[in-house]
Amino acid sequence: MRIFDPHVHMTSRTTDDYEAMAASGVKAIVEPAFWLGQPRTSVGSFVDYFSSLIGWERFRAAQFGIRHHCTIGLNPKEANDLAIRDEVLAVLPRYLEKDGVVAVGEIGFDSMTSAEEEAFVEQLAIAREHELPVLVHTPHRDKEAGTRRTLELLEEADFPPGQAVVDHNNELTVGMVLESGCWAGFSIYPFTKMDEHRMVRILEEHGLERMLVNSAADWGISDPLKVAKTVAAMQEAGFSEDDVDRLVWLNPCEFFGQSGRLELEEVEYDRAETFAGSSVLRGERVET
Amino acid sequence: MIATEELLWEQVRTRATPEQVSWLEDAVASVLGEPESIRRLFPAVGRRAGRAPLDPAADPADVHAWTVDDAGRTLLLLALGDDAGAELDELYRHGDTAERRGILRALPYLPVGDAGVALVEDAVRTNELGLIAAALGPYAFARLDDDAVAQAVLKCVFVGIPLGGLDGLGPRITPHVSRMLAAFVHERVAAGRTVPADVWPVIDRFPPEDELSEIQAELDNPVAERREAARAALALRNQRST
Repeated sequence: MRIFDPHVHMTSRTTDDYEAMAASGVKAIVEPAFWLGQPRTSVGSFVDYFSSLIGWERFRAAQFGIRHHCTIGLNPKEANDLAIRDEVLAVLPRYLEKDGVVAVGEIGFDSMTSAEEEAFVEQLAIAREHELPVLVHTPHRDKEAGTRRTLELLEEADFPPGQAVVDHNNELTVGMVLESGCWAGFSIYPFTKMDEHRMVRILEEHGLERMLVNSAADWGISDPLKVAKTVAAMQEAGFSEDDVDRLVWLNPCEFFGQSGRLELEEVEYDRAETFAGSSVLRGERVET
Repeated sequence: MIATEELLWEQVRTRATPEQVSWLEDAVASVLGEPESIRRLFPAVGRRAGRAPLDPAADPADVHAWTVDDAGRTLLLLALGDDAGAELDELYRHGDTAERRGILRALPYLPVGDAGVALVEDAVRTNELGLIAAALGPYAFARLDDDAVAQAVLKCVFVGIPLGGLDGLGPRITPHVSRMLAAFVHERVAAGRTVPADVWPVIDRFPPEDELSEIQAELDNPVAERREAARAALALRNQRST
């Protein structure tokens, strides 16, 4: 089985996680740029974060045989910091043309403010300029209204719906997202948002087309093996191997493949290799 | 500069596909018309124009060998003309390893005066072989002071960058550089380790008698590994002179 987790924040995870993910079948991932749990106070922190997503983190993933891609964008929470917003938006074009950047994201709504809306609309335009899809976050609070407004703005911007994934859906939002022509993402969490058994019921009702399942694992309570656990729940419910492959491999390949920048050939790796002179090994290597 | 541009275009055209060449031609035209467009074009050069060695006979692992994207990035920087100096720092700061390497390779051909020296110094401080090798070319050797050159050469030896590929080093070798490398050889021999052959031409530019006789004395050291290491190191020196 091959798994592509289309939304996972590996910067916050350990090498144990990479090892377990690889063992569960994960061969490719997308790491969206997001906020780090506490607000950044200067554009330089964003620049270093973006650089790590295209550099060190990609190298780290490769040491476990996993192809790492990322999305770059100004997240909704920090879009509300007007002092930083314009500076971050100004550096985006430099980073959106880097190798392995497969979408603009995460963008969208957190608290449904006008600042969030402006940053969202502006980044939709930037995505068009760079011919990239977008990865759209939807709010935890008042999700239905936030999702509806998101879809309206995508339509007003005339953004091609097939190039937008609207993420973190639930039973009440999936219908309108699919109807709009956008892709629907589902973040499978240990306790909140969505679990793998509810996910299976949604797949039974809505089918597999334009559906993406992710772990969205980050620095909070989350589980980077949730895509594999969803696969197990699908198998238990009688989905075929082809269905599984379509959902957890072909679908993300199709969506992010629109960037023209996916690299999916097997990674050849040597853990003694270094990135910028640093390796994932600590201290002298024990010969085996 | 005309000669550089023509030569680079000629090499790119033999190594890249027509589609890659035409992307690069459009990119250069875009920078000529709107200098700021280099900020979004520069990162894309490898993906759009290719990353193969510029010389088809070159070993892809050779850190001194120019690549198609190095040439492409140099052509974009040349298109900036006198604006190059204004864009250089930010391109370098936001650049990934390949972008930074492209800037360092281009430095000798750009009208930027000493504006690139800080970038050279930054690159030499890293442990990335490609960056260190690209930084240490004619531009650096025309500007770094003797101490900086000596430290840079020693760093190359430590991280395994072949000294023979350092274009412009020759006239900058001082007795100090020769002595430091001889001391390096002695240290390696005393540890029973090997040395690269290419340290000897640099040491023999100003042969440091004290260090050389110390290496010679290692041939009679009571420890077998040290005797063996001394034999191996001196054999490389003799091979060169015969």
